[in-house]
Amino acid sequence: MAETTKATEPGDATPNVSPLEVADVHSVEEKVAALDAPVERGEPILQVRNLVKHFPLTQGIIVKRHVGAVKAVDGVSFDLYQGETLGIVGESGCGKSTVAKVLMNLEKATAGEVFYKGQDITKLSGRALKAVRRNIQMIFQDPYTSLNPRMTVGDIIGEPFDIHPEVAPKGDRRQRVRELLDVVGLNPEYINRYPHQFSGGQRQRIGIARGLALNPEVIICDEPVSALDVSVQAQVINLMERLQDEFNLSYVFIAHDLSIVRHISDRVGVMYLGRIAEIGSDEQIYEHPTHPYTQALLSAVPVPDPDAREGRERIILTGDVPSPANPPSGCSFRTRCWKAQDKCAEETPLLAVPERFKGVDTPAAHESACHFAEEKDVVHAG
Amino acid sequence: MSEKTIERPTTDEAALAKEIEADEKAAARQASLLKDGWADLRKRPMFIVSGLVILLLLALAVAPGLFTARSPFSDGFCQLQNSMTPPTSGHLFGYDVQGCDIYTRTVYGARNSIIVGVVTTIATTLIGGLVGMLAGLIGGWIDALLSRVTEVFSALPLLVGGLLIMSIWGGGDVWSVSLIMAVLGWPQVFRIMRGEVISNKYNDYVAAARALGAGSGRIAFRHILPNTLAPVIVITTMNLGVYIAAEAALSYLGIGIQYPNISWGLMISDAQDRFLTSPHALLFPAGALSITVLAFIMLGDVVRDAFDPKMR
Repeated sequence: MAETTKATEPGDATPNVSPLEVADVHSVEEKVAALDAPVERGEPILQVRNLVKHFPLTQGIIVKRHVGAVKAVDGVSFDLYQGETLGIVGESGCGKSTVAKVLMNLEKATAGEVFYKGQDITKLSGRALKAVRRNIQMIFQDPYTSLNPRMTVGDIIGEPFDIHPEVAPKGDRRQRVRELLDVVGLNPEYINRYPHQFSGGQRQRIGIARGLALNPEVIICDEPVSALDVSVQAQVINLMERLQDEFNLSYVFIAHDLSIVRHISDRVGVMYLGRIAEIGSDEQIYEHPTHPYTQALLSAVPVPDPDAREGRERIILTGDVPSPANPPSGCSFRTRCWKAQDKCAEETPLLAVPERFKGVDTPAAHESACHFAEEKDVVHAG
Repeated sequence: MSEKTIERPTTDEAALAKEIEADEKAAARQASLLKDGWADLRKRPMFIVSGLVILLLLALAVAPGLFTARSPFSDGFCQLQNSMTPPTSGHLFGYDVQGCDIYTRTVYGARNSIIVGVVTTIATTLIGGLVGMLAGLIGGWIDALLSRVTEVFSALPLLVGGLLIMSIWGGGDVWSVSLIMAVLGWPQVFRIMRGEVISNKYNDYVAAARALGAGSGRIAFRHILPNTLAPVIVITTMNLGVYIAAEAALSYLGIGIQYPNISWGLMISDAQDRFLTSPHALLFPAGALSITVLAFIMLGDVVRDAFDPKMR
């Protein structure tokens, strides 16, 4: 299982963690109050530690025997800082969406912790969980299934207020919904329409308005634009950036489109087979990737310059992604890696700044889970 | 928003202002699926026609005396010398094999037939719908258990099951007939409901509601139920006619409604042996049954469409 070098265990109340949190917060009231406390810009607001989600595989009709598990997420750790956008990229099936579901508590984590303002939200339930939900919201991938077709837009965006009546007094709610429609760039007079009367981009705006209704601090975006036309993608991305500035939001932005992630993210994590392969600022990842998987991904990005295209090296990976039910030993990428050696099969590389770059002031000095991490500029001519 | 103004080809200021006012008025109204559905329903001619027919049928069931001066239970109502007389003036539906006036019997038969049809439909929808929803929502071993129980019920054919239950409990009135058919009929609704719930519960809008902190009650009744009702409405309104006809089959075997009680099913099964020589004895009660079934199917259809925003 991958471990982080940021050995700060937030439960230990290390200086890294804001002073509010901590062990002697016991009653639900205190917990709820702690969740509403503000976080300074640049402080970690969400800390994910060794998050694991295994889906059991069972056999048998009456007595279910466990015959294994699909390791959808297998030890993911990262920090989300207040006000930033953390992009998570990876190909289909690498566990990106499962991370989003576990962060939202829509799936129970098998192991690991998600600290929101110092509280492990994977263990919360009842009122404390409801309070967390007010602060962490989600935007879904498919705007065609994420809106109830039999509810009006007013009911859809107003539902958060029905569930959390303390957020908006009853008489105010219609007005709040109209304001939200206006904020996401829709005509407030559309309040009585039904989802099927809107285009994909407009529907996604409705989904965003619903996510904003409770004034959350963190929004988990699970491929929010991949179901949209390219022209509409830009509009929605721009809207999301505007809202981030306006409401001081922190985004976890999950996508498989590398250029969009680069555009919107401050930092980027690259996932492969349930683990983070490499994480760093967008410049570090895109200009100075050190993990072979990241390099292979980036070499597949189209370059709009025929001359540069001629010159650059394409890394073509062979084979398929191994089954997450039976991942390879050691480094999970070794089966497709051109650098793989015996060490890769024996030892799982940890997500850490590679030895050779430690203490060196270079953009390549960022966390990368590879025994043979080295810089390779694949975006420009090679 | 500017989108609105761009769409308009006209620059007529007054018309523009009027339109904006209308828009604002429309937005001030608080729409909901129920209100919109009802407003839409009232405008549909099919709803008005089927509604009127159903009201007429209910009137027949409640107060048959209003529609005929004769009573099928009075002495001398049936005169054997009139047996199988075709329609004549004063007796527009003719006479049946016992020499009873078919019009009067059709009017008085409405009550039992409609009770059997409506009660059975409501009971199967409630039992099948609730149990199906429970099985679909909870899943796991509860779903497996409920599904197996349903299979036991649906493995019993209506007639065999009816004979079995009637021979144990006795009976022969509308309520026991409705009970038998409800007990043997709910698995069908159960299966449809369970399937619909399962196919809807993994939709993102349910996940979105959970992410907002919605409880299971809100998810079940606000999100899943409205999206599962359409096929249930179709199947139950179609079944209403099937139940009224099935009651006739039970009566034919001697376990349904028996003389001197009257029902359309009973009249149809009596008349079918002599259909070639005197079709009127079959056609009139069968016609009443068809109109009833049609009215309910039309109502179900129109209700389904009115509460589906996409069909408006």
